[in-house]
Amino acid sequence: MELLLALTIGILVACAVYLMLDRNVIRFLFGLILLSNAANLLIFLSGRLTAGAPPLIDEGLYAPTGVVANALPQALVLTAIVIGFGLLAFTLALVYRTYRSLGTVNSDEMRVAEPVAQEARR
Amino acid sequence: MNSLILTTATRLLVALLLVFSIYALLRGHNLPGGGFIGGLIGATGFILYIVATSAAEARAALRVDPASVAMVGVGVAALAGLMSAFVGQPFMTGQWLFLFAEPGEKGLPLSSVLVFDIGVYLAVFGGILTLVFALEEEI
Amino acid sequence: MAEDYPKVDRVMGGVAGLISIAVPAVLFLYFIMLAPQIAMDAQVWAAEWVPSLGISLSVLMDGLSLTFALLITGIGTAVTLYSAQYLGDHPDYPRFVSYLLMFMVGMLGLVLAGNLITLFVFWEVTTIASYLLIGFNADSAKSRRSALQALLVTGTGGLVMLAGMIILGSVVGSFEIAEILGSGDMIRAHPWYMAILLLFLAGAFTKSAQFPLHFWLPNAMAAPTPVSAYLHSATMVKGGIYLMARMNPALGGTSAWFWILVLFGGFTAVFASVLALRQTDIKQVLAYTTLMALGTLTMFIGAGTDYAIIAAMLFLVVHSLYKAALFLVIGIVDHGTGTREAPVLRGLRHAMPLTALAAALAAISMAGIPPMIGFIGKEFMYKAGLGLPGLGAAWVTVMIFAASVLMFVVAGIVALRPFMGELAKTPKPAHEGPWPMLAGPLVLGALSLLFGILPSTVGFYFVAPATRAVLGMDAEVHLYLWGGFNAALLLSVLTFLAGWLIYRRHEAIRARLAVAEAKAPNFDRGWDNVLDGLKALAAWQTRLIQTGSLQRYMAVMFATFALLVGATLILRGGMGSGINYDAEGVHPIQWTVLALIAMGAGLSTWTSSRMTAITALGVVGIGVALLFIIFSAPDVAITQLLVEVLVVVLVALVMLRLPHLPSRAKSGFRAGHAAIAAAVGLVTTAVMIAVLQTPFDRRLTDFFEIASYPDAHGRNIVNVILVDFRATDTFGEIVVVVIAAIAAYALLRGAPGASPTPAGEPGARGEEEKA
Repeated sequence: MELLLALTIGILVACAVYLMLDRNVIRFLFGLILLSNAANLLIFLSGRLTAGAPPLIDEGLYAPTGVVANALPQALVLTAIVIGFGLLAFTLALVYRTYRSLGTVNSDEMRVAEPVAQEARR
Repeated sequence: MNSLILTTATRLLVALLLVFSIYALLRGHNLPGGGFIGGLIGATGFILYIVATSAAEARAALRVDPASVAMVGVGVAALAGLMSAFVGQPFMTGQWLFLFAEPGEKGLPLSSVLVFDIGVYLAVFGGILTLVFALEEEI
Repeated sequence: MAEDYPKVDRVMGGVAGLISIAVPAVLFLYFIMLAPQIAMDAQVWAAEWVPSLGISLSVLMDGLSLTFALLITGIGTAVTLYSAQYLGDHPDYPRFVSYLLMFMVGMLGLVLAGNLITLFVFWEVTTIASYLLIGFNADSAKSRRSALQALLVTGTGGLVMLAGMIILGSVVGSFEIAEILGSGDMIRAHPWYMAILLLFLAGAFTKSAQFPLHFWLPNAMAAPTPVSAYLHSATMVKGGIYLMARMNPALGGTSAWFWILVLFGGFTAVFASVLALRQTDIKQVLAYTTLMALGTLTMFIGAGTDYAIIAAMLFLVVHSLYKAALFLVIGIVDHGTGTREAPVLRGLRHAMPLTALAAALAAISMAGIPPMIGFIGKEFMYKAGLGLPGLGAAWVTVMIFAASVLMFVVAGIVALRPFMGELAKTPKPAHEGPWPMLAGPLVLGALSLLFGILPSTVGFYFVAPATRAVLGMDAEVHLYLWGGFNAALLLSVLTFLAGWLIYRRHEAIRARLAVAEAKAPNFDRGWDNVLDGLKALAAWQTRLIQTGSLQRYMAVMFATFALLVGATLILRGGMGSGINYDAEGVHPIQWTVLALIAMGAGLSTWTSSRMTAITALGVVGIGVALLFIIFSAPDVAITQLLVEVLVVVLVALVMLRLPHLPSRAKSGFRAGHAAIAAAVGLVTTAVMIAVLQTPFDRRLTDFFEIASYPDAHGRNIVNVILVDFRATDTFGEIVVVVIAAIAAYALLRGAPGASPTPAGEPGARGEEEKA
């Protein structure tokens, strides 16, 4: 299963990268969503997979009995999901704002900071 | 959205979701749940409200500015971390008070950790609602 | 130059002037009082600064530092007194003295530092202060260019030297100068000796303007005259000399050291003297003679014998005294007549007798005529030159002879000719300078005479302790005015004769030199070419790398990632033996979920429909959440599901206002990008497999599992980690979430065409953000 999941992560990353290489910033945004999912899975998988044993301590015990899932990557992924959401929402706002201001979602046409004309003069 | 069923059901559902979010927050230390999840559930509840009615109505129902809620959350979390300073321990060291504790039984635990989790809840809840309101109102 | 600024009503520079005079004066007295003690033995005081890096704020006070410190504060007093009169009514005078005092602090720190890194810091302080001082007339393009040139040349040299210092520090194991000086033999035998030497000399040669890095110094004369007198004759340019003298016990004494210093120093000395003859502006003449002095000092420090070091230390004092005096005199002449052109200035002694006296005293010392200390200096130089072994003796003696002859000539041009003969017409009617400006040059000139008459005092308090510090051992120092008839005296007489002959014909020689100079390679222009080349390179590189296309940046980044990580993985053998794959352990549900995720990803990539893409992304998100459920992560799964709902809602909301996606059929398949994407995906999978093969380190996990309930009173380990064990991290994360939310809010609020602000909000927010 680990190998299969690693392969799936690879597919997710490849799709994400292909989308992020697009001129259209909306596609870039989709790539970002896929990439953050892939990253979360990657962290999760690094902590190894354990089925059917959540990291909870049963009532009356001081430590979990037997092997339970690795809690550390879970904590990391949990915050990563929320942060990823913050990032995504910000990017979404940015894309929208850019579209409103510049009238385009094509990154090659967004040349306010590095205008083409100025480059030719240099 | 002009769906009578949704609008009517939402009033009930939002209340339910908010209660559930607090439940998730409080049980988080021992069972799945906690500040992040609670905050997300609460925010989802309000988003449902926005979808069913309008952003203006949802804002009115919330009464306070969600950005303020988020700020208060961060502040509460910081204060929870500072509590340990009173007993000379490093920042964010958990402080515990067990009410009605008996030997072998922890009684009713009150802790700076819970306060911190409440801060997380408020920050996530307020932060996400700030975003959603901004997107809803400005677009 | 001194006249064309709006004057401010300020007597002697006001409070700023008072402070600027008092600080060096008090320090000078303090150092004078230390002199008898230092003459006996060196002192070291130390204070911690950056102990972890072995950098301390230690002070090393020996004869060498003290001599320099006295020159810095003594001439500093004369210069600040002079400046208060000269520039005291300038609107920016307080700024000027701030720079001057900053420079003084840097210079004092440099010569007193007992630690190499501290020394470097102060070295750079002097560089920056000199940049600010040279560029003081910031309105003039010439000033700015000169300032930048000085900064870049000496700054680059300083950085090169820092590299040398770090190597030296690691070789010796300490940055303390006292310790480094004690390990001279070890350093000289070390395989890195040559590297250290060259790096150090690069720093010293740039600062002390040795050929071929000399060109910045004459340009630096764009600074106000007191600055030229102070920085570019008496102090800053001697920083390099100080460094060489200081490092002599550690780095000196090898044949590499000898020949590099002697050849470059000697050549610089003669080359500069010839160029000095060429100039008509007497300030420029002096600037070139400063180069000559620096070359001479370098040469003698390189020569390294007892006599050579005595000669160098003596000449250091001699030169600082007469050169500062002459620069100040020129300032007075400039101030009083409105010109500095040698051919125009005649007969000034009638109008400015005291200036003429100061000039005469300094110039006689410069020419090396008895009974001035300059004469003793020259005698010792000849003596040292003749005493060298073999080829070195010939080279040094010839160079010194040539330089001394030319010095004699220059002394005549600068201080004799303008004051003798009939008073000539000048742009302003010539008049005597006020006392604060005269005091400095007169006192300095008088000292040249006094020291000449009482050489043993100078010898005992300054030259001998300084020589001891440079040599690293005791040396007999006996200075005298009259040394009997010997080869040195004969050379002196020859010098005067040759000098007199050339002086008589110097105008014809100057004209011929001017013709020759026009044909010779010009270092100043070469410098411009270097700078232009750098700019062209930067522009080319910017065009090449910074195309402004996000797509290309991303492609470069992803390709680099795939290449570097992939290559590392292969070269370091990270792939290991390959994984044993057992397909039977995979439940059909798991298969299904993975397939769903992969298909969702593929669909969202391929589709041209926004809604299909959002739905496909939703499928991926739910699939990931299912994986979290299957593999025992309930908290993560809940979070993932909730976030997924939010993402879909928000993205769908925004998508309604954004244009449609361009059709995939039209934009086509980008094979290059697909290759990069596939490579990144492949590398990620490979890294993951490599990670899975390494033995799993459970230490942290075990700790959290064991400590969760007993210590943190929680049964949900994930939540305990979040809110207790790693609470500070979580705190940072919620701050990020809130900041992202507020930033997005601010972005949308300012959007053109956004709906009016809701009730209860302050209006016109959008206007504020745009402004």
